[in-house]
Amino acid sequence: MEIFLLLLLAFMIIGSLVAIETKNLLSSVISVGVVGFSLSIAFLMLGAPDIAITQVVVEILILVILIRATITTDNTAIEGGRDTFPFVSSLIFFGLFLIFAWFAIQELPRFGEPLMRVSDHYLRTGAEKTGATNIVTSVLLDFRGYDTVGEATVLFTSIVGAFVILRRRGRKKAGEEDHEKFGILEDDDIKKTFEGF
Amino acid sequence: MDKNELINDQTKGMTPIVKTIVRFAMGIIVIFGAYIVLYGHLTPGGGFAGGVILACGYIILTLAFGKELALGKLSNTGASILDNSGALLFVSIGLLGYLGGVFFLNFLPKGRMFDLVSAGTIPLCNIAIGLKVTASVFAVFIALSIFGRFIYEQIGEDQNEE
Amino acid sequence: MILYFLSLVLLVMGLYCLIAKKNIVKKIIGITITEYSINLFLVLLGYRQGGVAPILLKGMKSGEIVEHAVDPLPQALVLTSIVIGLGVLALMVSMCLRIYEKYKTFDMSEINRLRG
Repeated sequence: MEIFLLLLLAFMIIGSLVAIETKNLLSSVISVGVVGFSLSIAFLMLGAPDIAITQVVVEILILVILIRATITTDNTAIEGGRDTFPFVSSLIFFGLFLIFAWFAIQELPRFGEPLMRVSDHYLRTGAEKTGATNIVTSVLLDFRGYDTVGEATVLFTSIVGAFVILRRRGRKKAGEEDHEKFGILEDDDIKKTFEGF
Repeated sequence: MDKNELINDQTKGMTPIVKTIVRFAMGIIVIFGAYIVLYGHLTPGGGFAGGVILACGYIILTLAFGKELALGKLSNTGASILDNSGALLFVSIGLLGYLGGVFFLNFLPKGRMFDLVSAGTIPLCNIAIGLKVTASVFAVFIALSIFGRFIYEQIGEDQNEE
Repeated sequence: MILYFLSLVLLVMGLYCLIAKKNIVKKIIGITITEYSINLFLVLLGYRQGGVAPILLKGMKSGEIVEHAVDPLPQALVLTSIVIGLGVLALMVSMCLRIYEKYKTFDMSEINRLRG
């Protein structure tokens, strides 16, 4: 089991190396897709089928959105040399980080023997208290429901932000009116509904 | 006659082979997404995964048939209403927990295990989250694809002016 | 322990891509790789040797799952994190499209010079 996970992680590192260094934007987007799909296989091996399903479909959407950003231009190649200062300084800093991380990881509990102090209580009493047999859902929506409210808020805010940025306010020529409406609740029928208030 | 016109219309969308298969496959995708949302408390899945699968169904409809047909099925206004009502439903289920004493209390009867109707408010929360995520992701995709045409028109205008 | 270290190597590679590359889309790809590595690290923390997924099946008593299940708490956190990553990516790409519309390029060093 651990050998298989090691092979998957090595494959992911090679895939992300290709995604970072290649000069063609389309190839690097496809390499990110490869990393994401092998990540979902790793989640399945680690006993988390919920997360594997979510990761596969979200990965497909990430690929669709990134390709939408890539084909904006006609040429998908990148030019330009490499700045030396960010390159060298980031290599030095990250090398130091990895050295210290190796010593810090020795303090964590061994891989395969987690310290489940809170989750013990959730596993023991989860099924009777909530009535749901999927314990991850009962943790997400009953024991820790407040975090899910926060997450729904963050998702809502980011989508509203994307709408506002992409709103279609073109440059108006002199004497021309702004006919295009794309905003949220700017349609005429909705305005008529709320006119009396 | 209307469906045949839609399929054989070569100017928008993709080839007729893709359109025929998408008509068949989209029903399966919608049923599968609804299954994952509704059975979220018994099998792996839940509101988020099911909502994203349903949005992928709408996206494949947009890609195969063109933008007008997909906007006819679920318009911009409809998507934003669905999005907002999903979020409000979720928060109001949490506020109703004050009937029992704390925020987000599971106050409905629990029922038997392994039933579809069990576990109190958890299936209702899953449905609310599923609605919200579907509408959000579909609306963002439509906004990104409409905006692209705007860029090309603007760049075309600039080049014509110069 | 090597698994934890390799996931931290993936994190460092994502951060290097974010800092040292000049194209905006490459920076977005770096952020995506960093998010993958953090989700993987959290799920690795909760794995139990010879464990099963924390879902009750018919005929299983409730006490049986306490000894063999993996940790359900990091899985709930990672589920939220994946969907938040999708929303933030949509926002970043929409900003990237606006920048392209204004400056007609994706290259950060040119945008720093133009200052429209």
